[in-house]
Amino acid sequence: MLDLPLTTPKPKVIAGAKQDWELVIGMEVHAQVASNAKLFSGASTKFGAEPNSNVAFVDAGMPGMLPVINDFCVEQAVRTGLGLNAEIHLTSAFDRKNYFYPDLPQGYQISQLYHPIVGEGEVLVELGDGTARIVRIERIHLEQDAGKSIHDMDPAMSFVDLNRTGVALMEIVSRPDIRGPEEAAAYVVKLRQIMQYLGTCDGNMQNGNLRADVNVSVCSPGQYEKYQATQDFAHLGTRCEIKNMNSMRFIQAAIEVEARRQIAIIEGGGTVTQETRLYDPDRNETRSMRSKEEAHDYRYFPDPDLLPLVIERAYVEGIAANLPELPDAKKARFINDFGLSDYDASVLTADTASAAYFEAVAATTDGKLAANWVLNELFGRLKKDEADITASPMSPTQLAGIIALIKSGDISGKIAKDLFEIVYTEGGDPAQIVAARGMKQVTDTGAIEAAVDAIIAANPAQVEKARQNPKLAGWFVGQVMKATGGKANPAAVNQIVAAKLAL
Amino acid sequence: MSIDIDTAARVAKLARIKVEPEALPALAAEFNAILGFIEQLGELDVDNVEPMTSVTPMALPRRADVVTDGNQQAKVLANAPDAREGFFAVPKVVE
Repeated sequence: MLDLPLTTPKPKVIAGAKQDWELVIGMEVHAQVASNAKLFSGASTKFGAEPNSNVAFVDAGMPGMLPVINDFCVEQAVRTGLGLNAEIHLTSAFDRKNYFYPDLPQGYQISQLYHPIVGEGEVLVELGDGTARIVRIERIHLEQDAGKSIHDMDPAMSFVDLNRTGVALMEIVSRPDIRGPEEAAAYVVKLRQIMQYLGTCDGNMQNGNLRADVNVSVCSPGQYEKYQATQDFAHLGTRCEIKNMNSMRFIQAAIEVEARRQIAIIEGGGTVTQETRLYDPDRNETRSMRSKEEAHDYRYFPDPDLLPLVIERAYVEGIAANLPELPDAKKARFINDFGLSDYDASVLTADTASAAYFEAVAATTDGKLAANWVLNELFGRLKKDEADITASPMSPTQLAGIIALIKSGDISGKIAKDLFEIVYTEGGDPAQIVAARGMKQVTDTGAIEAAVDAIIAANPAQVEKARQNPKLAGWFVGQVMKATGGKANPAAVNQIVAAKLAL
Repeated sequence: MSIDIDTAARVAKLARIKVEPEALPALAAEFNAILGFIEQLGELDVDNVEPMTSVTPMALPRRADVVTDGNQQAKVLANAPDAREGFFAVPKVVE
């Protein structure tokens, strides 16, 4: 963690008809472990397969089938815990959460209610405006995902695909430390970033590999501070849980609309009922999931098919010793070692591919120039092609080559942009291209002077005007650049033009 | 702990077992007899005793992260009362 004092963001305040209200948010993020096989079976986790083809009999809940835990999934939960500075429990255990639903063929989900593998941790959540908050993690547990029900293929039937059934999830539970919709999204972004660095979850929200349940309540100003001082939930309002959101935009919209719904109830003299709700993006409203309420008695009990999961201290230490550099540390290093701004460092460390690309460029050139070229030119160009950094046709070595030519004064900044486009579209070695196509900057003052003389001689009227209005000297600079094909050193041209015109 | 008729009905509903109302009093009485028997264990002092999870000392068996199973759609769907286009087809469930 950074040792800087934090400026914490202000809580989101919504003005009701009678008073101001603050938001209090806790989240449960379900992150799919980036494993090949499922948590308790040898079936594939590959997305988009034929329905019910990635299904072992264990996943289908066939009688007599026994779950056997996937070692890699255990390791990823530990890695994620360590990445969130969390306590790792050397003994954890699995419980059954019992409920009936067509996409849960076992009739229960195997989860870890009583003894989760990861305990308390924390994550630094930064907002764009320079403020940041430490959000406490309560726990992370391993559990099975459910299958997928499709309701729109037949008017009378629901279709069930068990490919996702039994895939390993890490449920990351936060304390109610999040104070607004933007913070909630920033929290999920940060978790995703950390897990992508760790390689424990790919974070693909579109495929449902990262989903969030959001607990929202509202309180009068001052109440939250009382909660933080005492950790007594009685100071907070009644919360509602909005289930299963897989987009940052929906998370924010759902929190806002749910808070407003609760405020209207309270100010109207009613009380908020604790319940599970669903966000409907088409109507931008939340509504009660009554079926979930009825089944809320999960009758958890220890799963008799699974012994407790015991891991060794040395195993955890081995994983800890091999953790990659994490986003906070990398960002701090980019700021300190390369002199980058906070913002540039944030963008460059948003994902490991961008950070690695930048570092490869900066290794042989100036860090700040490298950041400018990666952020402005390369990212801009990739965006135009709707391409990802991993698909960049220009290698870090090529970009470093262009920057080296600018630094050595061989090419001007303007020519560099032309060169960038050539290398990006055609490939090749930047230095060779400059030599072969005669793009080298003219720094020979004799040649520039000759060009300036020729233009002054040819345009006596312009000379007269420029002497009255020195701002018009720029026209001469432009003409010289044109005459030299943009290769003249602009600083030298400026100087010589000014001298020749006697300005 | 005492199981009344309403609780017996609720447990049956959660377990998706149909119990006729006239059978509920007997069911509740059976529950109570079973729980009463189990509650005798409460007489034992088990403070500082680790729960025994296995008769012989065993570690949880683990598996490598390798795909070894699946690709058996027909077998998975074989017992389904209704299956279409590779999916289980069930009466509509909508939130």
